[in-house]
Amino acid sequence: MTARSQKHEMLFFALRNTKLRVGVSILLFFILLTIIGPQLTPYEPNDFVTSGAFPPSSEFWLGTTTFGEDVFTQVVYGLRATFIVGIVGGGLGMLIGLLIGFTAGYWGGIVDETLNMLTNIILVIPTLAVLLIIAAYLKVRGILTESLFIGFTCWPWVARAVRAQTFSLRVRDFVDMARISGMKSYKIIFSEIAPNMMSYLLLVFILQFGGAILTAATLDFIGLGPTNTISLGLMMNMAVLWSALILGSWWWFIPPGLAITAIVGALYITNVGLDEVFNPKLREM
Amino acid sequence: MSLQVENLTVYYQTLRGEVHSLEHANFNLGDGEIMGLAGESGCGKTTLGNSLIYLAPPMKFIEGQVALDGEELPVWDIERMNEFRFKKISIIPQYAMNAMNPTRKIGKMISELLQSRKINYKELLSVIKERLDKVKLPHDVLNMYPIELSGGMKQRIVMVLSTLLNPSLLIADEITSALDVSTQKSVAEMIVKFRDCGCMKSVIFITHDVSILYQIADSIMIMYAGQLSEKASKETIIHSPLHPYTKLLISSLPKVGVKHSEKKLTGIPGTPPLLLNPPVGCRFRDRCPLAFEKCLETPPFVEIEQGHFLACWKEGAPYA
Amino acid sequence: MGRYFRRKLLIYLLTFFVAVTLDWCIPRFMPGNPIDILISRAGLRGSAVQTMYDYYTRVFGLDQPIWKQYLNFWASLFKGDLGISIYLFPTPVSKVIAGAVPYDLFLLIPSTLLSWIIGNNFGAFAARSKQLDNTLLPFSYILSATPYMWLGIILAWAFCIVFRIFPLAGGYSFAMKPNLSFAFIGSLLSHWVLPFLSLFIVQLGGWAIGMRNMIIYELESDYSHYLKTLGSPNRLIRKYAFNNAILPQITGLALKLGEVVAGALATEVVFAYPGIGYLILQAIHNEDYFLLQGCFLFIIIGVLAANFIIDIVYLLVDPRMRAGMQGETA
Repeated sequence: MTARSQKHEMLFFALRNTKLRVGVSILLFFILLTIIGPQLTPYEPNDFVTSGAFPPSSEFWLGTTTFGEDVFTQVVYGLRATFIVGIVGGGLGMLIGLLIGFTAGYWGGIVDETLNMLTNIILVIPTLAVLLIIAAYLKVRGILTESLFIGFTCWPWVARAVRAQTFSLRVRDFVDMARISGMKSYKIIFSEIAPNMMSYLLLVFILQFGGAILTAATLDFIGLGPTNTISLGLMMNMAVLWSALILGSWWWFIPPGLAITAIVGALYITNVGLDEVFNPKLREM
Repeated sequence: MSLQVENLTVYYQTLRGEVHSLEHANFNLGDGEIMGLAGESGCGKTTLGNSLIYLAPPMKFIEGQVALDGEELPVWDIERMNEFRFKKISIIPQYAMNAMNPTRKIGKMISELLQSRKINYKELLSVIKERLDKVKLPHDVLNMYPIELSGGMKQRIVMVLSTLLNPSLLIADEITSALDVSTQKSVAEMIVKFRDCGCMKSVIFITHDVSILYQIADSIMIMYAGQLSEKASKETIIHSPLHPYTKLLISSLPKVGVKHSEKKLTGIPGTPPLLLNPPVGCRFRDRCPLAFEKCLETPPFVEIEQGHFLACWKEGAPYA
Repeated sequence: MGRYFRRKLLIYLLTFFVAVTLDWCIPRFMPGNPIDILISRAGLRGSAVQTMYDYYTRVFGLDQPIWKQYLNFWASLFKGDLGISIYLFPTPVSKVIAGAVPYDLFLLIPSTLLSWIIGNNFGAFAARSKQLDNTLLPFSYILSATPYMWLGIILAWAFCIVFRIFPLAGGYSFAMKPNLSFAFIGSLLSHWVLPFLSLFIVQLGGWAIGMRNMIIYELESDYSHYLKTLGSPNRLIRKYAFNNAILPQITGLALKLGEVVAGALATEVVFAYPGIGYLILQAIHNEDYFLLQGCFLFIIIGVLAANFIIDIVYLLVDPRMRAGMQGETA
């Protein structure tokens, strides 16, 4: 089968895969909301727009917080933080993981032993605990700092997966050919090995993206998130801290959590759908 | 007659449509006969083997009858076939080296399997040991996990297990393909030995390597692109084949006992047709040096001499 | 097998070493003088400032060479000296932690083990039919995408505020003193139910998905197919598939521990449940860095211990490992 017809076939399966369609639709909805949301609201996330907690109404679509902030505005701006953490944190974790995974898998031997050991160590340490300590010592924390820290701690999964894949590709004929023809190692990795695991890397990235969002939400909720901007986790933190539970202000804590669950759930379901598209064995008849 | 297959047609369901991998197969197998089934990969020989014992999706039964020892086999019914599997018809699969549950000791697995078929393991233990001796394995293997055994040993255990209940028919699917030449020979000899002492009545020995059949087969059946081409005694197929495909296949083997990879067979110009939308008539037509207008019709697989079956308009004509 | 154990042990030792070093590094290499930050944030007044200043200087040993500081840190660690808590001055950090640990164990062990067992069975069950699979699978994915604390908040809101079945906060009723009466144990349990449930439910999805994927893979395997051709009933084939699929799930349990701990921290915060997670929150709010460091160390030790136990369990249940072990000693 030619590469072109293979691409056509993949597109065909991608378009008729229900999981993929549902997942991508939900993601697109939230991305759109993140982009045009700020235009839909006249307020800033921390503006006091009214005099206390009110349930959803035509004026305040998702109600207001105890302080009289607009929940919809906070969610829309919080989504931005969520996507930034996902892309920067997940992306950085991906890059580090790729670097370590390729290096370990391609060179093998002592390099691999060392890197593998490192990966296993970081894998065992509960990363959230490390992040807690670091965040607790930083006075001012931005969304980018948070993303960087998450990126630096979430790479071991990627490294493991990439290493295993590289191992299996490294002994294939076309890689041998490239090596015999005197191609440089990094060039072999990027022009011969990486393209052959593109679909796999996409799946891994999606999982990283979701994982980074969940980690950030936990950090924010504990109160160690960004200090200078709103986020969905921070909203939940404020809601619990200021007794939204006891006051019954459900509109304060349900939307942020629901948004996170929907985004991460959509990512997971997209991932399964893509897996079925890439992997003919899993396709439904 | 041990096995009678009539008009068996089985398709493969794929998203692109139905692959016509086995069409109108008609053949018989005598008691005690070891029949070699040969052809290029993708010609439908494994489909034929599987459809006799485990016809599951994506394979789809279209039509045909199969009888074993005069009793009809409900090959289209997965559930009802269970009664016949193992007891009457058995298979040594292509993947025999991975066929054992990795987390069970061999003996335990066999006993659990027998129990699930309501057969007493203890009563059969002496038979198992006797058969292990036949394949030159120590009785100790029953207390071992598959990981502790070599690929060849695992294959021999599968051979013992598959034939344990003395089935009427054993299907051996490419069991020599993954082995080196010397091991191939001993495995093939074990099959003959098992047949000789009645561990099974008859055997369909599927292989793409015709040379191995010289050593063990009584008869050879050649398939091409989902159709039966020719079936005859080993001597006839080797020395005086009639079908143009058989002739090309045999002549591409220079010497008996030399292993040939499938690539050698591409010495026949052209490639087999795709079976998704197969051409009408004889499927060898496009590659056949003798093809003529009549070949647009499918040639019947008919007996031209005692025990010699052929599906060719040209070569079959003198006998018609 | 000896090699396997030596390797594991080396990794654990190295991990411990790295974690302790991190714990030591972070306050020292953050911008600013840690003591000044600590004192100013602790908001102490009068003589307390001098006391704390002396104490910190002594403990951090900032006047000593850096390698000496590092060695001192290890030395006091081995003596079990994790410093004095500021938030609960003058209780030693080790004592504060010891008081919180039972709550954590009581919460984490049942929720993790039960969700592992039930999730695996649930997943194996889902793998049986296409229809079941198509409804249970998306549900499991949504579960595993739910942030722990959000589920906790929803449960707390539903059962404590709306239906008033369970108490909202704490490890036991504030009106009680810890004792061995039925009333107290009842109070403990009723405070435990919701944190337990939120941890249990979120983890369930992940295990179910993992098991379902593993079972499907095993049912497609060669040995399953061979059993089918031998006319074996589905019962036996499923049993074998389950037996094989459960093994990677045991390893998975070890790999998930970090995530579970993170979930427990967040859940304890929601329910003000007096475990390590709640302590950490208090430590952060009260700028109690010794307590924070202590909690971190404790979590590491706990996770390493759990990993080690899981390794041993794996050795015991994977017959191939056992066979390998006998092979070497024989």
